[in-house]
Amino acid sequence: MMAGCLKSASMNANAPPSLLIGCAAGFSGDRTDAAGPVVDTLIARLAGGPAGQRAFLIFETLAERTLALAQLRRRDNPDAGYEPLLDAMLRPVLARSLAHGIRIVSNFGAANPRAAARHIARMARELGADAPRIAVVEGDDLSGPAHRALLHETLGAQMEGLRIVSANAYIGAEPIAAALDAGAQIVVCGRVADPSLAVGPAMSHFGWRADDWHRLGRATMAGHLLECGAQVCGGYFADPGYKDVPGLDNVGFPIAEIDADGQCTIGKADGTGGLVSEATVKEQLLYEVHDPSAYLTPDVVADIAEAEVRALPGSNRVELSGVRGHARPSHYKVNVCHEGGWLAEGEISYAGPRAEARARLAAEVLRKRLDGLALRVDLIGALSILGDDAGRMLADTPDTGLRDVRLRVAATHAERAQAERLAREVMALYTCGPAGGGGVRTALTPRLNTLSCLLPREAVPVRFELLGAEALA
Amino acid sequence: MNASTGDMIEVPLYRAAHGRTGDKGDRSNISVIAWHPDLYALLAEQLTPERVSMQFRHRAPARVQRFLLPRLHAMNFVLDAVLDGGVNDALNLDAHGKALSFLLLDMPIRVPRALVPLLAGP
Repeated sequence: MMAGCLKSASMNANAPPSLLIGCAAGFSGDRTDAAGPVVDTLIARLAGGPAGQRAFLIFETLAERTLALAQLRRRDNPDAGYEPLLDAMLRPVLARSLAHGIRIVSNFGAANPRAAARHIARMARELGADAPRIAVVEGDDLSGPAHRALLHETLGAQMEGLRIVSANAYIGAEPIAAALDAGAQIVVCGRVADPSLAVGPAMSHFGWRADDWHRLGRATMAGHLLECGAQVCGGYFADPGYKDVPGLDNVGFPIAEIDADGQCTIGKADGTGGLVSEATVKEQLLYEVHDPSAYLTPDVVADIAEAEVRALPGSNRVELSGVRGHARPSHYKVNVCHEGGWLAEGEISYAGPRAEARARLAAEVLRKRLDGLALRVDLIGALSILGDDAGRMLADTPDTGLRDVRLRVAATHAERAQAERLAREVMALYTCGPAGGGGVRTALTPRLNTLSCLLPREAVPVRFELLGAEALA
Repeated sequence: MNASTGDMIEVPLYRAAHGRTGDKGDRSNISVIAWHPDLYALLAEQLTPERVSMQFRHRAPARVQRFLLPRLHAMNFVLDAVLDGGVNDALNLDAHGKALSFLLLDMPIRVPRALVPLLAGP
């Protein structure tokens, strides 16, 4: 540890002190009490750290579906369409963060960053904090009429007749860095690539160029480790007897320390449960990665083929090294969400002697009654997750005489009335199906489907705007 | 549990490695990370894309690619078209296929007796 410090000090005598980035959400719906310990830890580190050290708090709250649902809410209400838990996530830490110079970057703007910014300004007033300088990042939203022709041209016949709900480009870190350079204390984004939430602050803090590929690649993987919140700190890791995690009920959220070369050490908030080990970091490093030598983002093609992780002395600190970067892709990835008909689901339980045989008989009845619907069948308690929609695995799974089985069936159809047939037939099993069935639940849900395409960067102009008092009123 | 053949014993993969599943669209990636550096070589030898494809035969993968990460003592499997269309299309309760790492970790592997002390769990 000492040797490492001395080495980096001599190599980068004039480099700015390291950057601390804490992450307090890994998805929409994450724990709203996560940010408190992260902010407390950042404040303590800043107090004990070198002059010029800076800290950021990021929240990653978007997924494909989240954004489409946000767009639907915005249609109903022009003041909605941002992260529904924004208030619950941010209110507990907003005043403290601002008072200690901790800046905040997030994609919680979802489909309506300006409305989220207004909400944050209102929150700051209510908390008696000084009015924060808030910037929005825009340009990702391609759902308007201006981009319809371009999407049609790119997606071609696939797009005919579709009812488009949302279309967003995964934009990168540059507008975030520019907003920070312009003095923003809070940067509210929509669909930026998840790791860019960390890359933007690093670019701004260290003054990196947008083609400094190795440094951008390293910061991207730091952002990748952070972006799923607790998943690098022992969340989504525990497997009793094999992968034990202390204090999982109070699992901590991560904090990365990034140096002027983009190298990072990952740790977690003080006073929390969980675990940061070589094993937890490796699992998260490879999470949602395909070719490890080409992790594509709008900022850089990151390369972890030669990456290494090393647990540092003390506890819960792991260093990532060996990450490289290559020139960024010339195109942005674009996701187009469209209405996708209806999902119908139904469940009924069987228990006691021959329960599995009765559940299987009920499934057979439903198959015969619901001709024209491609039915998925699950026997919860026997096989319900690993099986395929076509039922090949279930067909290979013999009746083993299970005594507590819940039958689940699901199907999708473009027309609501057809999907509703499934719900009615499951309900009818009460009187017309095998003996002893109970606990029927049915659900009918509108579906959203996704198409992806690539658009040249120059077709998607991105920008930031530091909002004035009128825009935030 | 341990089927013995000469100097090798057969154990489930989860005793030698851990991993996590990720998804993007209709594509699943599953990491396999050796519990000990000395277990990595036998994993690389035995966990071929062909065997993994066989383990997922019910999902009829269009392609299984394996990327080796020797410095992490890990490998990354990428399985195409195994998620019944992906999170927005699949009828599965687990439309992301998040549980699939445990299907992979259930595969049998053969481990020399000398390396048994490096295995995890009972």
